[in-house]
Amino acid sequence: MERIARLLANIVGPEYVSTASEERYFYARDPGLMPAHSPDYVVLPQSTKQIQQIIRLANQEKIPVVPMGAGLALTGLVIPLKGGIIVDMKRMNKILEVNEKARYALVEGGTSQGALKSYLERHHPRLRHSVPDAPPTATIAANVSIHGQGRLTQQYGFNSDLVSGLEVVTGTGDVCRIGSCALSGSWFSKGAPMPDLSGMFLGWFGSTGIITKVAVKLYPKKNLRDVEIFVTDRAELVPDIVFEITHTEMAEDILVFTQPKPMMFKDNHHVSFYITGDTEEELEFKRKMIWHALDPFIKSKDGGFMGIPPIMKPVLLESPQRSASRLADVKKGGGFEYSGPIIMLEAYPECMKKLQDLAAKYDLAYSGMVRIIDCGHAAMFAFAFAFNRADADMMERTRNAIKEVSDFVLDIGGLHWKPTVNEQKLAIAHMDPNTRKLMEIIKANLDPNGIMNPGNWEVC
Amino acid sequence: MKYEDIIHRCFRCGYCKFTSDYIDFNCPTYRKFGFETYSPGGRMWLIRAWLNNEIENSERFQEILFSCATCANCVEHCVFTFREDLVNIFMAAREELVNKGIIPPPVRDYFKNISISGNAYKQPAEQRGKWAEGTAVQPYQGQEYLFYVGDVGSYDERAKGITKAVAHILAKNGISFGILGEKEICDGNEVMTLGEVGLFESLAEQNIALFRQLGVNKIITLDPHALNAFKNYYPQLGGNFEVFHYTQIIARLIETQEPNIGEYQAKVTYHDPCYLGRHNGEYAAPRKILQSIPGIQFVEMLQHSENSFCCGGGGGNFFTDILGGGDEAPNRIRVRQAIETGADTVAVACPQCAKMLDDAINAEELDGKLQVLDVAEIVMSALT
Repeated sequence: MERIARLLANIVGPEYVSTASEERYFYARDPGLMPAHSPDYVVLPQSTKQIQQIIRLANQEKIPVVPMGAGLALTGLVIPLKGGIIVDMKRMNKILEVNEKARYALVEGGTSQGALKSYLERHHPRLRHSVPDAPPTATIAANVSIHGQGRLTQQYGFNSDLVSGLEVVTGTGDVCRIGSCALSGSWFSKGAPMPDLSGMFLGWFGSTGIITKVAVKLYPKKNLRDVEIFVTDRAELVPDIVFEITHTEMAEDILVFTQPKPMMFKDNHHVSFYITGDTEEELEFKRKMIWHALDPFIKSKDGGFMGIPPIMKPVLLESPQRSASRLADVKKGGGFEYSGPIIMLEAYPECMKKLQDLAAKYDLAYSGMVRIIDCGHAAMFAFAFAFNRADADMMERTRNAIKEVSDFVLDIGGLHWKPTVNEQKLAIAHMDPNTRKLMEIIKANLDPNGIMNPGNWEVC
Repeated sequence: MKYEDIIHRCFRCGYCKFTSDYIDFNCPTYRKFGFETYSPGGRMWLIRAWLNNEIENSERFQEILFSCATCANCVEHCVFTFREDLVNIFMAAREELVNKGIIPPPVRDYFKNISISGNAYKQPAEQRGKWAEGTAVQPYQGQEYLFYVGDVGSYDERAKGITKAVAHILAKNGISFGILGEKEICDGNEVMTLGEVGLFESLAEQNIALFRQLGVNKIITLDPHALNAFKNYYPQLGGNFEVFHYTQIIARLIETQEPNIGEYQAKVTYHDPCYLGRHNGEYAAPRKILQSIPGIQFVEMLQHSENSFCCGGGGGNFFTDILGGGDEAPNRIRVRQAIETGADTVAVACPQCAKMLDDAINAEELDGKLQVLDVAEIVMSALT
């Protein structure tokens, strides 16, 4: 172990390698409920070249390598299941380029969402990227790697759909550029019109390579932004309500939330939609379009607009929403866990019922949140439960509830989002054999020694 | 351990590491060391692990705890209701280590110096008031204010210049004040933040008794760290005094007396001391002073006020130097932030910050491009 640590120190510098029990304890776990497993080494590289050297060393020594952003997935994706080297990417945090006219930003693989948001606000105020509601420490590369979503997902798709170029170090130690950047210095397309190779890295959780640079598409940032909430107490109408809103093409973002407390929220489904405009006139036009679209639900007394209290509006308009993290302290216990399957929205009523059943069965505080993806082509339904980290029984009940969601997802034809290792195994078991074979080919060629985030997507 | 009932409530979301506008990570130890373990969330999880016997009290664990600059960036930006107690939790964990007697040698030596000499510099008490020789400054004898200088302002050569500047401004503008001279002992703020509560209480009780004996009601402090101790810790021990930082007095002078201030040509940015700003909410007074001086072009650093980046000297690190050294030392990061503004002067309002940033200017080889001056030194130069 000392020999390897010395070799790693030669690569990144001795101050950026640790085998200490403190780092091995902390990096063994994420804030969720998955079992801990210690790394042997934690390293903080600062360049693509250093990552290349780390992966080459790991191949020689057959040591696992687990890349890590902020480690916020909650499903154990950066827990080093077979030990090895945690590569904490956050020292690679430079914003390398913003191309205003082609609307993309190129950043290093450890750049945080918050840093890019702040940079754009200061230097390119008419542009924005799709900011997730994960804490701003979440890194852009990790977020696209797990097919994360953000504030522009309703309009433009998963954040991984908004990638416009990648630089990766494959499991063989090769540095590879994906997209227009492979041919030129421009990062405007991740594939088209050529074969799109980004799929060999996006969604693989680092098990085929480490993203060292990522370019993401930027979109117009309007001067004004507002939010409205349409409420119904009939779960079965939610897909129709969302369909009507998306049909107008007027909404920036659409979320549906439900929670039992405070009492005013109980048993209601809150469809919150965001609108933007450069002028009040534009905003009002969009608002009216959506009002008209929802008019039939009001006339049939199936729903209505909720007056948003002044104290609540800034909370809803904040991006990222600090309130999303605060769910962790609902039980004064520092934890929440959620399973967020990607579903077709028509499954909303079933999911809603399942969430409430599980909360009752396991006596848990719950919150349901749905993010509409790409004009309603899909939705992410978060089955979220708050737990107290000091209450082992509550943690176990939460684990059991989440496990039930894992099985339920496949029953309703959904896909596990940022799946746990067990969910990955479920998916592989249910997968078309030829699809699995294709994944095997990719994995075997990009990571022949099986060192990249082993345990994840183990198709071979 | 105190606060044990809330230690598990950290979600380690990382808001605490940032500024409010996410410009950059703003936790000085996280910036310096880079490992998550050196962030507030890392400390929370490791303290809990230590209490649960999952990790031991190692040298690294001590470094993680004692390198914290107690700058309160985490208190400012954590999203949870227990955020007010974050620094208190880290101090409580230090207290546990102190009580067990297993602490870093520089911390142990600091406590020794204070307990033996009454100051951090191991200097005789008679030297404490030497800076006032040749000035008209009088011992405290019932004047309106006690001017409490503190260890750094009394013994450090660089800081003594700031002490003299403050005394000169106060005297020139008719403020009735006196000093304790050789009777002054350490205020104990760093002793407290480093977790030696017994020693702190002893110092505080001695100071409170002396202040009472001399009839002190109002105190002006040179050092924001002393301000913090007197305002926030002493009342719990019965020491209730009206306490001001010197910038608050000068700002009031500017408002009420309009002192004769001439031109001072400089492009100036201001570094907020954590114990004046985040700990005690005073952001306006130093800025008001600087902006009232003709000729000064005032510019803010990106990270300022509530988002100010610590110089790395807080939490006892000024004396123990656990957080210092290397390119990513907080004081070096801070002067790089200052030079980015185009300023030729970075103003401070704390002798510890002054010294920390002076050292950083040398390390960054910025001599001749950027200078560190205390607000008092600038005012003194501008007084006509």
